[in-house]
Amino acid sequence: MAEAVDLKVVGTSPVRPDGVDKVTGRAAFGADLNLPGMLYGKVLRSPHAHARIKSVDVSRALAADGVLAAVSGADFPSDRLDDLARNVIARDKALYNGHAVAAVAAKTQQQAEAALELIDVDYEVLDPVLTLDEAMAAGATLVNESQHTNGDTSKPPSNIAVQQAFERGDVDKGFAEADVIVESEHRVPTAHQGYIEPHACTATMNAGGKATIWCCTQGHFDVRSLTAGVLGKSVGNIKVIPSEIGGGFGGKTIIYLEPLAVKLSELSGRPVKMMMTREEVFRATGPASATWCKVKVGAKKDGTFTAATAWLAYEAGAFPGAPIGPGCMSVLAPYDVPNLRIEGNDVLVTKPRVCAYRAPGAPQSMHAMECAIDELARKLDMDPIDIRLKNAADEGTQAPYGPTFPPIGLKKCLEAAKNHPNYLKPLAEGAGRGLAVGFWFNIGMQSSAEVRIAEDGMVTVMEGNPDIGGSRASMALMAAETLGVPYEQVKAHVGDTESTGFCNVTGGSRTTFATGMAVVQACEDIIAQCRQRAALTWDLDAEQVDWVDGEAVPKPGVNADVKPLSLANIARRAGRTGGPLLGRASLNAQGAGASFSVNWTDARVDTETGKTDILAFTAVQDAGRAIHPAYVEGQMQGGAVQGLGWALNEEYIYDERGALENPGFLDYRVPVASDMPMIDTQIVEVPNPSHPYGVRGVGETPIVAPLAALSNAVRDQLGFRINDLPLSPPRVLAALDEQG
Amino acid sequence: MAGYAYLAPTNVDEALGALEEAASVGQRAQMLAGGTDVLVQIRSVDKGPRTFVDVKHVEEANALSMTDDELFIGAAIASAVLNENARLKSILPGLVESADLIGSTQIQGRATIGGNLCNSSPAGDTIPALIACGAVCVIASPNGNREVATEDFVTGVGTNVLEPTEFLVGFKIPRPKGKTSDAYLRFIPRTEMDIAVCGAGVALTLDDDGTCTKAKVAIGAVAVTALPVPEAAAALVGTKVDDDALHAAAAASTAAAKPIDDKRGTVEFRKQVVGVLTRRAAAIARDRALAR
Repeated sequence: MAEAVDLKVVGTSPVRPDGVDKVTGRAAFGADLNLPGMLYGKVLRSPHAHARIKSVDVSRALAADGVLAAVSGADFPSDRLDDLARNVIARDKALYNGHAVAAVAAKTQQQAEAALELIDVDYEVLDPVLTLDEAMAAGATLVNESQHTNGDTSKPPSNIAVQQAFERGDVDKGFAEADVIVESEHRVPTAHQGYIEPHACTATMNAGGKATIWCCTQGHFDVRSLTAGVLGKSVGNIKVIPSEIGGGFGGKTIIYLEPLAVKLSELSGRPVKMMMTREEVFRATGPASATWCKVKVGAKKDGTFTAATAWLAYEAGAFPGAPIGPGCMSVLAPYDVPNLRIEGNDVLVTKPRVCAYRAPGAPQSMHAMECAIDELARKLDMDPIDIRLKNAADEGTQAPYGPTFPPIGLKKCLEAAKNHPNYLKPLAEGAGRGLAVGFWFNIGMQSSAEVRIAEDGMVTVMEGNPDIGGSRASMALMAAETLGVPYEQVKAHVGDTESTGFCNVTGGSRTTFATGMAVVQACEDIIAQCRQRAALTWDLDAEQVDWVDGEAVPKPGVNADVKPLSLANIARRAGRTGGPLLGRASLNAQGAGASFSVNWTDARVDTETGKTDILAFTAVQDAGRAIHPAYVEGQMQGGAVQGLGWALNEEYIYDERGALENPGFLDYRVPVASDMPMIDTQIVEVPNPSHPYGVRGVGETPIVAPLAALSNAVRDQLGFRINDLPLSPPRVLAALDEQG
Repeated sequence: MAGYAYLAPTNVDEALGALEEAASVGQRAQMLAGGTDVLVQIRSVDKGPRTFVDVKHVEEANALSMTDDELFIGAAIASAVLNENARLKSILPGLVESADLIGSTQIQGRATIGGNLCNSSPAGDTIPALIACGAVCVIASPNGNREVATEDFVTGVGTNVLEPTEFLVGFKIPRPKGKTSDAYLRFIPRTEMDIAVCGAGVALTLDDDGTCTKAKVAIGAVAVTALPVPEAAAALVGTKVDDDALHAAAAASTAAAKPIDDKRGTVEFRKQVVGVLTRRAAAIARDRALAR
């Protein structure tokens, strides 16, 4: 099915249905809902990175002007207390500067803010744990005194929550066979997703105990279940309505404010709106892990890899859960390596709990390995594409993490890069060029979709994945293609938790793949019903009716003198043939196809100031099949810019007590538009056989390769390597000075 | 918002009266120009109640005049307006480019060089440029105008010589004569929308041989206030502003800088780069002067 022919709608790039409202400012985001009698909720956050909370007293705040409710950790259920509940509001310990300790709801924002100052918290300040080196050192201050690595209580408690490793072949033998070996270690700093819209929600609880939450999220079904867990409620008593979302990139797959807002609404009897400031977003929401990666790779003279190892340590923040699994599994995924050993460490520090950020875990580990492979190519005097082609994984290669790859597009991407005019173009004088490969698994998971046909033939697609990248357009395109109708005849909507079937979070680049598959199946359900209805109308069997170009027609050879029946024809008479047309599908999608990329960039360092200018950037990526090519290119470009920002200037800067010194976009420096060249893109299409149109997820892979591509470009120009990121001007200038 | 008042006087006397009245009843008053610093500060740094006195409608603070000997630039004129003034831009390219570096196009529609100076940040971009071109601050006070050289205006981080009953009306700048020009460069890790990690303004005059007869150098974001660097100027005077002289000026700026380590840059980085900027700005000013 993957090699579908004659696609009419899939592969075109119409305007997204939410576009006009967004550019004209009418789209309603998380903070845009106002309800009668609504209060404003505000959070008191710990000023200490690590402190025991001896007591919290909200009584003075409760007595203040306009305040109708105030809560602390003690107001939330303490049975089944998990990490998420502790992160939403601290109990016995504050584990990072910014950790929520109490919250109030008042009639105005000013009253709420003023009331925060009346909350009395007695802290016993403890030493912060701010780096991987500190956290992993013998005798380190413990973030969680009862945590033992991998739960092994026979060993002393440790800040290392999880240690995992996997191995293949004989690494020592592999390195012994190598003619050239490169070994290096690299650090990548904490980076925030940088979504423009801060977290916001409005919650109201009725007298019957039913809560309704409006919020910006990547997954309202997850908000429902996670909030239910923190509050000890049944999911049946919580309804979640997703707003439009101003960026997520993985950072809105979790909850922060929602249980607080529901609890404050319950206590006050009023709706409560809560909105984070940008500073709160930086101090209290989950960024990507800071990492420390040691890698080693060996090869024969002809470039064939003989062995590779990787040791990864990722900061988890205050609770376990750094993405060491995907970090370990992705680090060598692009290559066929006979002997390998990969170890990951999930390490607690007194900083905000990390959260998903686009291909979580992969940019950091692959940065290290792609830098080492670049050095290996230099030592062997090989082109960076050739050494990768020599070792590239392909259909049938066993991935380092176990499974055998189905058809994948890495080799096609490498070949496309090698012949790309931007790769053949000579380098500007004094500049450097760097190349790297990117990879992401992509996931399937559960999705539902419903397709309804109105009496005029208009098609409504209902699904449950908040649209963060143009997915409503993609759903409409796939529905139009399947049904054989024009794109304009289909409207896709994201329903709330009570108006549409369950969908897992919009994440893992799964939506166009998995929910798209559900939409296609729901359309096939409609087609089956239409054939049935046409058969009834024509007095034939459904098997004698075909669906061609959006119309029911008798199959060739069936003797029936009838006119074709369009969707509108059938819908108009649906009452006479069995009632409204309603198609449904639900599934747990299997076979998400991995997406590989090849990126290269030309950059120039001003060697007197250490500033790096990006002169050109090209991204080649396998999309399986691009349902909406312009939005696939948008994903590739956006991911490239985020990756370059991480490589150039983005980093969390903490003082020695663990207070974040740059909690805003002035000093947390994401790139501005003028920092970036046009990001050139080339979509490669190696269809995923598991999807009806061949879709692979495309949203995450684009952020992976830019980090190493830029490191390698700077290495190319300077003649020596700077191992760590970001390549901020002070770091680059200091490195230049050190070289003399 | 609670406790805020807003006044929009139309001339110096009205503005002084507003400040005087606030002072007499013990109220806090703050002059507001474009508001591009103040509006951010009242949301995050200092939310205290006060009366804002908007200088944007004060006639004298919106005046722009150019005589043979002197220019006057009103403190309330938006950067975008200065940047659109081709004549001013050709006379004082360095000063205009320093204003043009601040914020986005939208911000520049409001932001002013007067506001930039009165905000008195160590990193204010227009301050080294104003010092380099010899700008004198015209301050309205209850006893008439008084004048203060720009290098003497800022007294510390966020503090300056203005009394609560005074405000900045504008700048008197000697009109550059003969082969005179200026330049300003700053370093930021991005291309725009950022705060100077360090900056350097240079104004110089060449004789007919191309020998420098007069120079003024000022550096920013490397001390609590912008600093004039007479040693750097002295390194240029009497030379053809060749490589040796440029490197000597750079070394003088590096030596004069007294920066701190912070989230925006290290001491070593700032000292080194402020020298590079001094050298590059002086070369630009020289080339501009030669082209006159």
